[in-house]
Amino acid sequence: MAKKSMRQAINEALASEMRRDPRVVIMGEDISGGMGAPGEDDAWGGPLGVTKGLMPEFGRGRVLDTPITESAFVGAAAGAAASGLRPVAELMFVDFMGVCFDQIFNQAAKFRYMFGGKAVTPLVIRTMFGAGLRAASQHSQCLYPIFTHIPGLKVVIPSSAYEAKGLLIQAIRDDDPVIFFEHKAMYDDEAEVPDEAYTIPFGEANITREGDNVTVVAFGRMVQLANQVADKLAKDGIECTVIDPRTTSPLDEDTILEEVEATGRLVIVDEASPRCNMATDISALVAQRAFGALKAPIRMVTPPHTPVPFAGDLEDLYIPKPEQIEAAIREIAA
Amino acid sequence: MQLNRDDLLKAYRQMKTIRVFEERVHDEFATGDIPGFVHLYAGEEASAVGICLHLNDNDYIASTHRGHGHCIAKGCDVKGMMSEIFGRADGLCGGKGGSMHIADLSRGMMGANGIVGGGPPLVCGAALSAKTLGTGGVAIAFVGDGASNQGTTFEAMNLAKVWDLPAIFVVEDNGYAEATSSSWSVSGDAVKRAAGFDIPAQRVDGHDFFAVNEVAREAIERARSGGGPSVLHVKLNRYFGHFEGDAMTYRAPDETAKLRQEKDCLTLFRGRVSEAGLLEDAQFDEIDRDVDALIDEAVSGARAAPVPGAQDLLTDVYVSY
Repeated sequence: MAKKSMRQAINEALASEMRRDPRVVIMGEDISGGMGAPGEDDAWGGPLGVTKGLMPEFGRGRVLDTPITESAFVGAAAGAAASGLRPVAELMFVDFMGVCFDQIFNQAAKFRYMFGGKAVTPLVIRTMFGAGLRAASQHSQCLYPIFTHIPGLKVVIPSSAYEAKGLLIQAIRDDDPVIFFEHKAMYDDEAEVPDEAYTIPFGEANITREGDNVTVVAFGRMVQLANQVADKLAKDGIECTVIDPRTTSPLDEDTILEEVEATGRLVIVDEASPRCNMATDISALVAQRAFGALKAPIRMVTPPHTPVPFAGDLEDLYIPKPEQIEAAIREIAA
Repeated sequence: MQLNRDDLLKAYRQMKTIRVFEERVHDEFATGDIPGFVHLYAGEEASAVGICLHLNDNDYIASTHRGHGHCIAKGCDVKGMMSEIFGRADGLCGGKGGSMHIADLSRGMMGANGIVGGGPPLVCGAALSAKTLGTGGVAIAFVGDGASNQGTTFEAMNLAKVWDLPAIFVVEDNGYAEATSSSWSVSGDAVKRAAGFDIPAQRVDGHDFFAVNEVAREAIERARSGGGPSVLHVKLNRYFGHFEGDAMTYRAPDETAKLRQEKDCLTLFRGRVSEAGLLEDAQFDEIDRDVDALIDEAVSGARAAPVPGAQDLLTDVYVSY
């Protein structure tokens, strides 16, 4: 099987679904690029080249460049989803939710409930998240807990190129609004990715590694760090189970609880700000439903409660590091 | 006038239905039996009906807080609406939406909206669906003078023009956003603003059904034939407060009484049609009786209907989860 980057995996997922279903359209700022400009057509193919080549294949009728107007085009995607299309909108950085959130959480997320179950809103919003590119406070956040909080939304965080393709195809075929989080530091990460289309169901966690001593739950890029740490600790005789929940809504509570019951020890690694994030959510879940199984306190590895800093040294301090994960595991494994 | 007798009968019936519906909701709300917030459309009927008379189920509209009139004009079931406003299980949205979220997508009605300015971006989407799928449909965003100041409205107008969408933005300017006069809150006006987007726009007297119907025809035909978006600035008045319970202390004491006497769209319609000899008094009277009976039935039906049960709390959040 060929090794492919997450960028290519996402591009393949979009292309295969657009070939399969003429109702799938994609839209976003410079998703093709060069509109009205004298240079090349398809000048960018998305700010990081993820959608390159889709406009030449599918045309401007289905690959829609937008002005910088997130409220209008994210809302348009919601309205189009409620009226017969299956749009995939690209919200370039999730930080920009601040200028379009109403259309997501008050409109798209609530149509089905408010309208008595009669609305179907097959909307996907792809968005970049995460720190590590020195992009500073307004281009680096991990805002998935905010979306997870909203009933009516599904929230997906792929942890590899393979996961990204299968989960994105699932998202496009799903009939509910899905927020699809792509870690901006992972686009060049490679994995074995099949050429053909495949789906990965939502709400089914992936156990990337099995071990008897400590359960580690991690999201997105943190899954990679957790696996690296687990490999290292295995040499010292500390065996970890690493869980990638894949989706925060729905959340595979059963797998997390089962694994915590087995190990009695839990570390959660979450790149999102520490208050009301997935780490606190899962801690509450385990405290309520598996308290008796715990042999040690739950440990959360998160950034501090600060905006994401710009200076490289500061950002490196900010992002959860393998050493912190290792320390947390060692502390409760003893 | 391009309307035939059937059109006139339909228009009068719809306007009358909206009026009696809203007057009745006003009375029923005062009994304390209608929960939540209700914003009534009485006085503005000529706008919703004058515009929606050109539409079919292929066309979409998005509405406002003040959405009952748009629903009726777009063909939503009146009894289902009344039940919804009473919060009943047989309501149009199963009692989960209420007055501010009444919707029926099968009729192209994308919902009243609890968020001022929530609708215009959605309408760009419905217009995009129509264009992409080739349905021949158009999509209309109704906004008030309040939402005419929201960024979403401007963004949607710009996007509709840039994407060349069959979308129409109708600013129903009833003079007040809540308790604030649009003479204070709106700098410039909708027509001048539309000119800034290079979108054709017209101002129209919203008490005059025929004037509204005519400018709407032009805008809708332009949209259907690929001519892109339009803006209509409809000047009209509401007879009730922003919400039910609003004592309207910001209005002149005799303001609504005077409006009812001098500018009532139903009275004007009936007078003009009668004068032209197009419909008989008996035809109007028959519709009046029908509508009264329909609204009576709607209220008694809603009052007798079951309320949603605990089993309904958790359903309809997702298609699958």
